[in-house]
Amino acid sequence: MLEIAVKGNRNYWLWIIFLLIVIGIGKIAYLDQFFNGLMITGMSRDVSWGFYIANFTFLVGVAAGGVMVVIPYYLHDYEKFHRITILGEFLAVACLIMCLLFIIVDLGQPVRMLNVLLYPTPHSMLFYDMIVLNGYLFLNIVIGWKVLEAERNQVTPPAWTKPLIYLSIPFAIGIHTVTAYLYCGLPGRGFWLTAILAPRFLASAFAAGPAFLIILCYIIRRFTKFDPGWEAMQTLSKIACYAVIANLFFFLCEVFVVFYSGIPGHKSHIQYLLFGYHGYNALVPWMWSGFILMAVGAVFLLIPRLRSNYILLPVACAMIFIGAWIDKGLGMISGGFVPSPLHHVTEYAPTLQEIIITLGVYAAGFLVLTILYKLATTVKEEVNG
Amino acid sequence: MMEKSRRRFLKVAGIAAIGLGAAPAMNFAALDSHGSASAVKTKHPDVLVAKRWGMVIDTEKLNDKILKQITNACHIHHNVPDFNHEVDKEKFPKTRPVNHKQEIKWLWKEKFHYAFPDKEDEFLNEKFQNMSFPVLCNHCKNAPCVQACPTQATFSREDGIVLMDFHRCIGCRFCMAACPYGARSFNYRNPAPFIGKIDPDFPIRSKGVVEKCNLCAERLAKGEQPHCVEASEGAIVVGDLEDPASEIRKLLRENYSIRRKQSLGTEPSVYYIV
Repeated sequence: MLEIAVKGNRNYWLWIIFLLIVIGIGKIAYLDQFFNGLMITGMSRDVSWGFYIANFTFLVGVAAGGVMVVIPYYLHDYEKFHRITILGEFLAVACLIMCLLFIIVDLGQPVRMLNVLLYPTPHSMLFYDMIVLNGYLFLNIVIGWKVLEAERNQVTPPAWTKPLIYLSIPFAIGIHTVTAYLYCGLPGRGFWLTAILAPRFLASAFAAGPAFLIILCYIIRRFTKFDPGWEAMQTLSKIACYAVIANLFFFLCEVFVVFYSGIPGHKSHIQYLLFGYHGYNALVPWMWSGFILMAVGAVFLLIPRLRSNYILLPVACAMIFIGAWIDKGLGMISGGFVPSPLHHVTEYAPTLQEIIITLGVYAAGFLVLTILYKLATTVKEEVNG
Repeated sequence: MMEKSRRRFLKVAGIAAIGLGAAPAMNFAALDSHGSASAVKTKHPDVLVAKRWGMVIDTEKLNDKILKQITNACHIHHNVPDFNHEVDKEKFPKTRPVNHKQEIKWLWKEKFHYAFPDKEDEFLNEKFQNMSFPVLCNHCKNAPCVQACPTQATFSREDGIVLMDFHRCIGCRFCMAACPYGARSFNYRNPAPFIGKIDPDFPIRSKGVVEKCNLCAERLAKGEQPHCVEASEGAIVVGDLEDPASEIRKLLRENYSIRRKQSLGTEPSVYYIV
């Protein structure tokens, strides 16, 4: 099936070459980090996780969001999603590859990475995160590949894929739950120490994932002869809508608890993010933009006339996607570290080199996504044509 | 071709077999001269032991001069880099400028409301407002860093000391997120250019690993007191928290002491007499 990926038109190859160039530039930037250490980042003693881990967290969410097409199709026989299920699964694969790359570029000693396997440590949440992330990646590769292959050969997929598909559902929930547990089980970090963190992560995941999938459907319609189906996109937009509303609601619950109880160790972080703390306010405009984007996007998707507007739908989805990225990619990690456990304020901003490495990882993910989507859409064109 | 590869296989297998036999043979040969070739662990005769090590800091006996002394003693002897140190341009050419936010510290001083943020009073005794307190790893009984570490590079020793294996650490910094006391530092860069004179009694670290106070486990093992205790002019005492007859238990019985963020349940082993 892979031979499909080497047959493409001029635009396809231009896009691939563009991605390869971005990957190459990111690679050079990473090599410098590899030899000189994470000193090239904006991270510090007080803010010891930054842009890499934040993007990792966000992309785990997008990967988990893929389950929002798997559940309706496989558990509820929602036929409209038949055409896009594979898109959700392949999106998860690309996102998980980016997640793993982000973890690797974040490590101080990446060559010792396999110590996690050599000294398995069940009391560390990272141990479980490794299991669920790799497990979900493996499941999606196998399922996506086998189902697509079967479709190409016009046969039903092998029976053993069914249990794997059912298994992938709890794994999808699992990857984002365990990723939230990385943060919310730490006693000294008041911002993350909240039971609603995992549900909030899932809500934002189920908003960002489907929203991005809708945008991808537009791109597929524009560049291929395969039509993912307008009704499927409309259903996806409803899912994204209610998920982003849940995400905003969970955040409001959080805001109520910290401000009404007034416990300083919990309040100070949200104060820093929303209003600034002791004169430090680098993230305030970002956070407000993020929440406004999500709220306006939710309203757009809630009103049927706006939701079914062909021009407006991708705009609303982009708003939700960018809003969720700001919420998780900028606020969620920095917010937990500022102020520090000793209540010092050290702000964080990624350096240019850190951003270049991040873009390199994204380009690698998009390369995987492009190739997988090329396979999927070509097979679907063949079958339908 | 087939013949050739079989011959090569036999050759390699033969060499491997010799290799397998070599270790016992070497051990046997070594027996005659200086004991077994495999490592033998022995304890120093003067080793200091405890069921659970703890520290008591008598803040009444501290002043800025003593605080500087103990910080220096700790950092110099543990080869902790000092980012203000002037880099030897000949030995370390092309050293990039430092980011002081990425500094490394094992023991340092903090004002009361930073050292004890949950005990911040609106109308705090003036004496405390201006005083500095030494802060360091608390060697918690329920250490969150140990729980978080995915490779057991950070581990609790049976005697309560929380130690680090600098060679196993993968630099994921989960422990730094887990520590409620900000006790851990990460080597964002190679520390070597910023170490004045290397103390050969303690390893220097590579870039990309986390480090922190180790309660001078390497000194206790030789029957010596930790560097900070020696430099503290009597203000800092270490001893066995589980032994009712120990000096630190006596100090805790007779004085009012506080610990940092004990409400979190981590059970810090460092007590401050105030």
